[in-house]
Parts: sequence; C-alpha cells; structure tokens
Amino acid sequence: MKVNIKVASDPKSILEGSLEVANYFKFLSEVHHVDVDIERDPRLGACIGGILVDIEGEKYRVNGKEEAARLFTHRVILKKKVKDLEVKRILRPQRMEITKEVLVVKRYFGKYEDIDGYISLGGYEGLKKALKMKPQDVVNEIKESGLRGRGGAGFPTGLKWEFALKEKSNVKYVVCNADEGEPGTYKDRIIIENDPHSLVEGMIISGYAVGANKGYIYIRGEYRDIAGKLHAAIEEAYEKGFLGENILGSDFSFDLVIRFGGGSYIAGEETALLDSLEGKAARARYKPPYPTQKGLFGKPTVVNNVETLVKVPWIVYHGGKKYREYGTESSPGTKLFCIGGMANKREVVELPMGVTLREIIYAYGEGVYGEGKLALIQTGGKAGTFVSKDKLDIKLDFDILKKENISLGSGAIVVIDDRISFLDILKTVIEFFEHESCGRCTPCREGIFLLRKQVNKMYEKNEIDYNVLEDFQRIVNIMESSSLCGLGQSVHNPVLSLINLLERGEIS
Amino acid sequence: MKVTINGKEYRFDKPITVLEAARRVGVYIPTLCNHPRISPTGSCRMCLVEIEGQPLLQTACTTYITDGMVIRTNSDRVKASVRHNLELLRMIHPDDCQTCEVNGRCELQDLIQRYGVESRYEYYGNAVNIVDESSPSIRRELSKCVKCFRCIKVCEEVQGLSIYAMIKRGHYEYPATPFDAPVYNTACVSCGQCSFVCPVGSITETPDWRKVLDLLEDPRGKILVVQTAPATRVALAEEFGAEPGTISTGKMVASLRRLGFHYVFDTNFSADLTIVEEGHEFVERVKKGGPFPMFTSCCPAWVNFAEKMFPWAAQHLSSARSPHMMMGAVVKTYFAKKIKKNPEDIVVVSIMPCTAKKDEITRDQLIIDGWKPVDIVLTTRELARLIRVKNIPFMSLPEEEYDHPLGESTGAAALFGVTGGVMEAALRTAYEVITGETLPKVVFEDVRGLDGVRDAVIKIADKEIKIAVVNGLANTEKLLRKLQSGEAFYHFVEVMACPAGCIGGGGQPKSLDPDVLIKRANAIYEIDETLPVRKSHENPAIKQLYKEFLKKPLGELSEKLLHTEYRDRTREHKNLHRYYESENVESA
Repeated sequence: MKVNIKVASDPKSILEGSLEVANYFKFLSEVHHVDVDIERDPRLGACIGGILVDIEGEKYRVNGKEEAARLFTHRVILKKKVKDLEVKRILRPQRMEITKEVLVVKRYFGKYEDIDGYISLGGYEGLKKALKMKPQDVVNEIKESGLRGRGGAGFPTGLKWEFALKEKSNVKYVVCNADEGEPGTYKDRIIIENDPHSLVEGMIISGYAVGANKGYIYIRGEYRDIAGKLHAAIEEAYEKGFLGENILGSDFSFDLVIRFGGGSYIAGEETALLDSLEGKAARARYKPPYPTQKGLFGKPTVVNNVETLVKVPWIVYHGGKKYREYGTESSPGTKLFCIGGMANKREVVELPMGVTLREIIYAYGEGVYGEGKLALIQTGGKAGTFVSKDKLDIKLDFDILKKENISLGSGAIVVIDDRISFLDILKTVIEFFEHESCGRCTPCREGIFLLRKQVNKMYEKNEIDYNVLEDFQRIVNIMESSSLCGLGQSVHNPVLSLINLLERGEIS
Repeated sequence: MKVTINGKEYRFDKPITVLEAARRVGVYIPTLCNHPRISPTGSCRMCLVEIEGQPLLQTACTTYITDGMVIRTNSDRVKASVRHNLELLRMIHPDDCQTCEVNGRCELQDLIQRYGVESRYEYYGNAVNIVDESSPSIRRELSKCVKCFRCIKVCEEVQGLSIYAMIKRGHYEYPATPFDAPVYNTACVSCGQCSFVCPVGSITETPDWRKVLDLLEDPRGKILVVQTAPATRVALAEEFGAEPGTISTGKMVASLRRLGFHYVFDTNFSADLTIVEEGHEFVERVKKGGPFPMFTSCCPAWVNFAEKMFPWAAQHLSSARSPHMMMGAVVKTYFAKKIKKNPEDIVVVSIMPCTAKKDEITRDQLIIDGWKPVDIVLTTRELARLIRVKNIPFMSLPEEEYDHPLGESTGAAALFGVTGGVMEAALRTAYEVITGETLPKVVFEDVRGLDGVRDAVIKIADKEIKIAVVNGLANTEKLLRKLQSGEAFYHFVEVMACPAGCIGGGGQPKSLDPDVLIKRANAIYEIDETLPVRKSHENPAIKQLYKEFLKKPLGELSEKLLHTEYRDRTREHKNLHRYYESENVESA
C-alpha cells in the first residue's frame, strides 16, 4: 500500500530545507524499500519551528533529519502515530520570494540544433549590431553593463577591453579561456554543450571591439568530447560568413581556432594559458606586463572566460543598461553557479548577483543528500574559501564578499556534509595544489610540497597537530604575499578559512 | 623621477627596474634567479620588496620604478618572506657543501649565510637525483638544483639551443634534456654557459683539477707544461676579490709556478701561430676565389655547433686547429726536441675560459701519431680553486714572466679573448701578406664592440673584403640562415659561441656584475695597446719557429701538426627517444 506524504514547499519552507526533507524521505524509502508517494505542496501551510509534513492527513512538524528519520520509521514503517511531532495549529504560508533564475547565458540552452536554428532565435543579431558600432562604442556598452570577468578574479571586462583597444599594435589576439580546471566548476562545459554559437558570436564581437583578427578558444584537453560541437559551430559560422574575411560585408576579418590544453590546472591562469598556447609548458608569467600589453606571442591579448564571452552578444543587443537591471549595484548581472558536492540536485543555475547561499543550496540544490547534515560550503572552487552555516544568508556580491573574506571565484558551490573530517578536507586541498603547482616560484613550489608532507604525517597519525597548523598559517600567509601568480596567492583562502572553522568548532 | 627607497629619496632619469635602482644607490637586494646575461624570470622570490599601495610584495627584478614610488627593502615582512623561501630551499638542497665544486662560490650558500637560515624543516631533497657525467665539459647533478630557470634561459636566449626545459610540475620539476638523454648526446655544444650561470653546484664544469693536483704533487717523471688562454688573465683575479677587468698575467704565471708546473707558456704565442696559419689560408682562398665564407675555427663550441647543426658551415671552417691545440703540438714536438724529451713524457695542461675545450681534447682527429696535443683542460674557475686549495696568496704574488720561447706574444694574440679579436688579428696579418705593405692603422674600429653581430667591408689592395663578427650562437644561427638563403654574403666570418667571446666564456669566474664583459674587454684592449709588437707575423718567436722547425705556413709539417678536419655530426643527436625510459619519467 502506497503511503502518501506531502511536504510543504512554499518559499519559506524551501529556504528552511523542506526540499531536503522531501528528498530525505525519498532516500529513506529507497533504503527501507517502502513504497511511498512524496508530493511537494506549496499550499500545504506552515508551522512554527519546523517544516510541515502531511502523512495521510496527519500533520507533523519536522525539524532536522533526526526527527524526519524518526517520523519515517514510526509513522510510515511501523504505522504508529508520533505524538510529540504532531502539529495542531497550521499557519498560512508566508509570502516570500525566492530569487528566480534569469536566463541570459542559458537563454538558448537546448533550443537549437544548428546555426539556422540559432539565427531564427535571434542569434548573431548582437554581432550585426556591433559591426554597425565603433569598437570604442562596443567597449563602452560593455563598460556600461558593469560586466565583471566570470572566470574567478572578477576584473571589469570593459576595462580590460579598453586597455587592449588602446594598445597600438597591428596584431592583437582574443583568447577564450575554456580551461575549466577549477574543481566543482562545470559551467563552461554546459555552455559549450548547449550553446556553442553564443560563444562564437561573443568571440567575434570581442575581436571586433579590441581590434583583433584572430581568436583562440583554449579548451581543456579533457573536454575533447564536446569540442566537436564547438568545432561544428565554427565551421557553420565560416559557411554563413560570420567568420573569415570581411564579415557581413564590413572590413572586419576574424579567424577562430580551437586549441587543446594538456591537462593542467594552472593553464586556467591567463598568463600560464598563454604560455601553453605558445606551445610551452603552462607556467605563469610575471605581471606586469599584463596580457593586454604583452600577451600571446608578445602581442596585446584579451583573455576572457567562456561565461563572460557568452554574455557579450546579449549585452550588445539589449544594451548595457538592461544588464544592469539584474543583480546588485556593485555586481550587476547574472552569474552561473555550479552546485556540487553533497547536494541533492547538482546543476548549473543562473541567478542574479545578490542571491544568498541559502537560496542556492536549499532552493536549487535541494539541500544535503542522504543522512548528512550541512557542515561547510566551499565557494569558488578549490582555491576558494570554506564558509560555515552561519554565512548562508550573506548576499553574494563582490563587495560584500570581499568584506566577509569569502571568494566567489568561478561560481562553484560545493556542499560538504558533517561526515567529512577536517583532515580529509585539508589533505584533499593540499594534495590538489601540490599536484597543480606549476613550479615557477619557490614559495608555492616548495611551500605546498612542505604542507603536503606535514598533512600526510598528521593524516597517518589521524591526529591534528596544532603546532603544525600554526606553522601552516605562517607559510600560507607568506605564500600569499610572495607567490608569482594567483595559484600560490590563493592557497591561503581554503587553508586559513578551514583552520579558522576548526578553531571555531564548526568541523572536527 | 623621484623614488624613495627605505626612507631616502633618490632621483633616476629613466625607468629602470627596482633592483637596478637599488643596486645603483647601494641598497642590497638578495637575488637568486636574476642574472644579467638573461631576461628576468621572477621565480626565486628573493628580491621581494614592499611597494606602497601594493598589497602584495613585488619582485624587484621585474618591477619598474615609477615617479613617486615608495619602496621598502628591509621591512620585517620582506625579511620574513626571504628567510622563509630560503628555509624552503634548504629543505630541498643537500647539505654537502664541503665536497661541492662551488663551495664558497655559491649564491645559495651566500644567501643562507647572509640571513643565518637554519634548517627548520626535515631535508626532503629534490624529486630527481640524476647525475649526468656524460659530457667531458659539463657535469649535472640535479639533486642540487634550486629551479631558478637560469640554465634554461641562457641556453634558449643566448645560445638559441634550448637543450634544457623544465619538465613536470611543482616540486617534481627539473631542468631536463630532451627525453632525459645524457647531455653529451643532445645537440649540446659544451659551451658551458649553463655552468656559468648556475647559482649553485647543480651544473659545473667537469672537474679535472683534482687530477692536476695529484700530478703536481707527484709528477712521476713527467714534464708538466701549462699554458694560459688570452681571456683568463683578465678574469682570474676576480676570484680573489679584484675588480672585473684587472689584468693579472704576471700573478697568474707566478701562481702557476708555485703550484709546481715546470714550464709556463702562453696560449697567446700559439694564437699568433694560428693567425699566421689561418691568415695564409684565407689569403689562399682569396687567391683561389673560395670557398666563402671562411669561418674561424678557434671556438670549439662553435665548431661543435657547426658540425651538429650546420654541416655545410663545418665544411667552410678554417682547417687551423684552435690555439691551445697548436701549442700542445708545438710543445710536444719542437719544444720536446729542445729539452730532449719524447711527446709521451710531457703533460700539457691548458687553462681556458672555456668548458668546450674540455670536449675538444677528446676529438679523435686531433691525435697526432698516437699522442694527444693537450692532456687536461682546466677552466679559469678550476685554476682559482687550485690556487685556493694550495693556499697561494694570489693577490700578493710578484709579477713573473712566461717561459721562453713559447711565452712570447703580440697584441694581436691578446685580442683572441674578445669578440672580433681573431678577425682583427687576422686582418692585420692578411693585409700585410696580401699587399706586402705596412698596415697604416693597426686598430680596426669596425670589428670592435660587444654587439651580437657586426659586419664591415675592409679594403685590401683594391679588393673589398666583406667580413662579419658574431658572438652568441643564437645570433650565429640567424646569420647562418641568412648566408644559407643568400640574403647575406661574407668572405670571412668570426664566430665566438659565448657572449662577447672568450671573456664571457662558460669557464670564467661567475659574476653578477652587469658590466663585467665591458670591463674584461677593455682590459684585453689595454693589453693589446701596451705590447710592443701588435701583428702576429712579426712575433720573433714565431719567426724563429718557422725558421727552425715548421719551414712555412701551410707547409707539410704545419698540415700535420696545426690543421685538422671536420665531420658531419648531425645524426649524433637524433633519435634521442632511445634514452627515454618509461620508469624514469613516471609522474611522482
């Protein structure tokens, strides 16, 4: 006999974790082989101090997974009433809004098969508009939009383009950074799989805006399987005259090629990427000179992330002002967030900036999977910070995050549950960086090696040595101030935040 | 522009790097990867400075000064970073300084001493422990590598060879040859620039000085003859604290006598001999109308380069042996007869600014009747080590003269030490041989200077002779490509593999002075100017040698003792993947 369970799913309940509870019931039913029908009901109502659950007409209040498990075993499996969880007074669901997805990047996802489909949806209109504008006007439009680089550093894109535009050189390059190596980040892959033409269009516009006639898409070697789609899109664009000589009758010519990475995390750092494109091993260069001054083959080069470039046609077509309508004052627009780790639903969502972590994790990620409870969240990939539960309601906005010392990075939101220990996390982080340090500079190359040796010692003994951790803090702080590139400079993010959480008792 | 360094204001007229600015005003900034011979790398993170307005520390070697910049080089934060980085390097660098070839001449050792860095962490060592002794000229010991990228950069930027590349990542990286092949089997030309720039003892010349020390202490009835190259006398004193460019010919001769050598001869003598032979060869070619261009052959690294990369150029090389080889041959024949000894009873040691000479003496073509003209080659650095080991007070030694008759030389020979010198010396002789007149002006300004490539047209008796002088193999390769494509044409080309010629040789005392080459070059010109005879063919000892022994330039005996031939060695460094062992390259 099927047991009918309804879980309240009004916005407020969702943010308190009702979807997590619903998923947990489903998980329990699979574990115990019980046939249940779980329904999410936004009109069920609410209760104080928990989430309202309706099991065959009986109303219960569930607060946390232990209570949910107790309710499930007693009420569903043993068919007994659970007196202390019963609810007498049902409240009306509160009016509340969850930040809705805004489809800028995801606007054409899954809507077209080939270039004709893309054009019929309004594709390449941005390019047509751009070609009628002066390059400086295109740059101004991007500056107006306030678009910030979506690769991790958050540098204003318009400003970057302006630097490159002002460089006097007969050869310039635009490079798309599709070397998505940040663990927990997979947005670029999804974009290329679902909407390769927007990337191609964005590349052409960026080339036009900065005065470059050649573009490279540097895609990571592991993405060889999806590069076919991108390759087909480029071929089609050539056939239709969007690429090649005198694009759409203008005097602007642009060529676009794909290059594969060799499997290195550091190749996602723009200067190391340029080294790799030149055929060398990916190792970071010192800055300045910045790539916009001396980049690929010594020429001015603009390096942009896939997500940044895909937004460009939209911004050019709709205008920078329209883009500013989304998001917050200091960080306008939308951002792709990759929900990963122990979340129930791991997917890419596009939300305006200013959204909270709670919304992302509980409304879109549907809470923590299985029996685990939320312990930590790592934002911004491996080089990002670990955030505790009490930061769930912080608005994700570059300025606020900077104050809170949280890095948003590439937009990875990794949910970590309480079954993972401090040493586990620390070991994973350090081993990752040790493997990926390019070896250009001493503090990062030997410093992380030293950290790994120390972590392994602790891990083998399964004992946290606080003296060693104190030394760790000194080492990563020096690494931050003295390393050559962003990799060494950001190792302190995860290490310090994790040690801080350990000291606060958030993790053990 | 106004710049404040450590609270003091200074003025500079052009944007230079912070490092340069600090050094100019006498502020100390430690460095490890920066070297004046190569472009900055910014990798060792020793030269970090604090710049007001910048949250992170900046490397002085890559940051350019701007107006109003406020720099601090001695803050606690800077010092803590430098000390930490040195602690990390101690963690990977073996503590075997006592037996290290560069003990006392090691930049890492100096820094560790300067900052009093104790071993804070356990010694983990480098990931690879390759000891490469394949080459007679350079020895690589990768456990000592501090990954400064200098060897990679000097080979790429100066020599254009790129023998080394940093492979693998992070702690596990190391400067590897292609397919980890022994360096001698690669395209390496043995120039030793990598051993010159290596801040530690990871790449050194193949040490032969202990062999010489044993011989000196117990000659076993052998006659020990030593000869010194033109460029050693202007650099050796640097090893004993003197300013670059200090001429120490007399002290060097005195120290060699104290070491126990029986005869001290001057390679400058045989440089004169080279000029006479090579000059006549050139005159022959001018008469016959080719083949042109004729390349000089006294630089063994260049000879290796031609044989390994440009076999057509090897066929155009002058057949004259390099000066120290001529000296060896003359010592073991002409001089041996005078002292009534057999060639086998004489050991000839050459003191050279060069590591490629160590390779040169292993060439089969140079063996005469079963004996080698030169037995051992020591670099300038090795000689200094010998002198130090024997506690000879070099700087207080009296000035002594070379032994006769093979110690007499001219100004032309002295010029061999600097780029353009062989050309100038050859022109002085060729002019007088061709025209039969006295040269009006001995100095050829056109071929002087330290630029990578220089060319000129010299008029000798209605004939316009097109000449070129090139130094550094990267420049040489460009020139050869031009010659190959017919874009350029020269009659006579002088090639020196090292920057500025032998004075910048791979075996010279290590120096971080950016002007070291200019100073040494000026010393060479000074020697030329002060000598009474400045044309090789006018050297009385040379004249006597021809009269008593060789009879005439390019004669039968000359051909046997003083000339050689060259081979096509392009295949030697192919198929290097045969050295590739899968277990050797497995990732750590």
